[in-house]
Amino acid sequence: MIALKTFKKGGVHPEENKLSADASIQKLSFPKQAIVPLGQNLGAPSKPLVKRGDEVKTGQLIAKGESFISANLHAPFTGKVLKIDDAIDSSGYRRPAIFIDVQEDEQWEEGIDTSETIVREIKADKQTIIDQIKNCGVVGLGGATFPTHVKLTIPEGKKADYLIINGVECEPYLTSDHRLMLEKGEEMLIGIKILMKALEVEKAIIGIENNKPDAINHLNELTKQYVGISIQPLKVKYPQGGEKQLIKAIVNREVPSGKLPIEVGCVVSNVGTAVAVYDAVQKNKPLIERVVTVTGKAVKKPSNFLVRVGTPIQLLIDAAEGLPENTGKIINGGPMMGKAITSLDVPVVKGSSGILLMKRDESQRNSPQTCIRCSKCTMVCPMGLEPYLLAKLAKLSLYERAENEKIMDCIECGSCQFTCPSYLPLLDFLRLGKNKVGQLIRSRK
Amino acid sequence: MYALITLGLLGTVAAVILYFVAQKFKVIEDPKIDLVDEVLPKANCGGCGFPGCRNFAETLVKSANEKQSLEGLNCPVGGNDVMKEVASILGLEVEEQDPLIAVIRCNGSKAHSPVKANYDGPSTCAFAHNLFAGEGGCQFGCLGLGDCVASCDFDAIHMNPETGLPEVNDKCVACNACVKACPRGIIELRPKGKKDRRIFVSCINQDKGGVAKKNCVVACIGCSKCFKVCPYDAITMNNNLAYIDPIKCKLCRKCVDVCPTDSILEINFPVRKKKPESEENVVETKKSMAVMQDTKQDSNNESQS
Repeated sequence: MIALKTFKKGGVHPEENKLSADASIQKLSFPKQAIVPLGQNLGAPSKPLVKRGDEVKTGQLIAKGESFISANLHAPFTGKVLKIDDAIDSSGYRRPAIFIDVQEDEQWEEGIDTSETIVREIKADKQTIIDQIKNCGVVGLGGATFPTHVKLTIPEGKKADYLIINGVECEPYLTSDHRLMLEKGEEMLIGIKILMKALEVEKAIIGIENNKPDAINHLNELTKQYVGISIQPLKVKYPQGGEKQLIKAIVNREVPSGKLPIEVGCVVSNVGTAVAVYDAVQKNKPLIERVVTVTGKAVKKPSNFLVRVGTPIQLLIDAAEGLPENTGKIINGGPMMGKAITSLDVPVVKGSSGILLMKRDESQRNSPQTCIRCSKCTMVCPMGLEPYLLAKLAKLSLYERAENEKIMDCIECGSCQFTCPSYLPLLDFLRLGKNKVGQLIRSRK
Repeated sequence: MYALITLGLLGTVAAVILYFVAQKFKVIEDPKIDLVDEVLPKANCGGCGFPGCRNFAETLVKSANEKQSLEGLNCPVGGNDVMKEVASILGLEVEEQDPLIAVIRCNGSKAHSPVKANYDGPSTCAFAHNLFAGEGGCQFGCLGLGDCVASCDFDAIHMNPETGLPEVNDKCVACNACVKACPRGIIELRPKGKKDRRIFVSCINQDKGGVAKKNCVVACIGCSKCFKVCPYDAITMNNNLAYIDPIKCKLCRKCVDVCPTDSILEINFPVRKKKPESEENVVETKKSMAVMQDTKQDSNNESQS
């Protein structure tokens, strides 16, 4: 048997805990009030187009992304705009959002195909596809929420030859992409075809970790009808879903420090994004819903929900049969990269992939000891950095030196902190350092 | 014997070369710099805005030679005495400056702003500030992890474990280190005031009143009552927040009386006879008042001791 492909440098293998892998995607009921934050994408927040008291239909454009890296925002529900005010986001900070009083009977904006029938024929040409993706507010659903139309606009002089689709889902616990591949495989493949047309590439490779054999088999069956799309099973290793790691694993190319994947002729997109692209181009349906996993060892019913953006997290937890009593932490995202939230009123946004409820005993941190120079963090760092050194530099505010040591290459995967036998908060200090160095770089401009 | 001679010769040759080199690269320094440097406190705190006392001494002498004035240059550690001495060395005069002290513009103690989410990450405000709004939910308030304490070279700022807030004592020399260290900009340098008495708004929350009050009972809610009552136009309202100009303020304490949330603090004033309070206020701030008086007494005691 040939050894499975994977990236070479570093990586860890945390417990997989894919508790909700067999739970099929369920539609979630609507909330009474929805909170739609304006800054749901990487880059500039969208500018609101509606005002207080306006009636909105589902799918109606309510905020426009005006700058280059920005995305449109559409009403996820039919109802009345209550106010445009600050609402807390997952970190507890207050950011502008549109509050919508949700009506029960739903009316879709005209021109949106809400039927379930699959449209296979791709009529749109390259520019129409990109425009349609831009209009429908599609962003990368892997978590970084980078506007997809920007990714598809390839800078002059560059040429993409591979489209890599990220179906890795290397974060433990999360299963939203897994379920999406199983249940919306066909839509996803058409979405990939559309992306291939927009990028003018011949080959697309879907990378899937080997712990999802059902998805691999299912898609292998389906891809027989789609020329140019192939499936690449990968060895289970975290952080394989990182853009640069995935490129290394699949086509064995290394993205230079500080550069984008297009530098080595690759464009990476998430499976969720491919489905959103299908919806946008074939059905004219804007990105207003996504699959969110609600999971945790104490959760009674770990589930995958198809949730409209703006739904409070409280509703998702209720649907998974409530908050377990001994919950210590509620994490937005996966256990490795997610962040704990401070309130249940926080809404689901385009970038939410999962809600993880951790028990009190497993959520507590061990008290940090001194570094014993075991070099484990350096060995597991997938970017080949020296996390102990960078964390120390950040702690001592030596930001110029940290910049020279390539702190900005850190992908914040958390492998170093996961593996540290002294329980040092390495990732925390790396994040602090990245933030400060980022400020430093911006101040130079 | 040979060894002695060779070494002796080598030594002499080297001495002659070194003498000429020293003559060639001689740095002529104003002797006043040494004199000024001697007078300065040698704290090397950077409070003057220059890297170290020596550099400040150079700047002072340079300014005296070029502009014949010491305007804009001040050693906050040495204060007026040191600046007078410096001026006399340089044959100039300096204006007396009011001594400053750091004040903490947040009173969101654990009692005033109850903990809603526990934080168990690394104990630095700089990181916590990037991560989340704070344990009490106020996105402007003190995080209580003590970056200011770590930055202080003068042992002048300490965390009060009961309130979870830093407290400044008399050792403060207004070197600005804590002001720079605080990621939220809570600490401000204000004039010490006559008899060490100060009045300031102990809150920098710019949220709307309702939101601010929800997170913290002593938040400034931007009601403008103090703004209206102030006879000296010392108070300005900006973004739902009152600010008292320390220069215009005549310490009449009218604003302290009208503040519905007790977010304006008076420091080192004699205890007044309490007027009977309106019922509303009693209900809302009964608990907080008790705590606040405690903390006030604490700070009084500390500054006296």
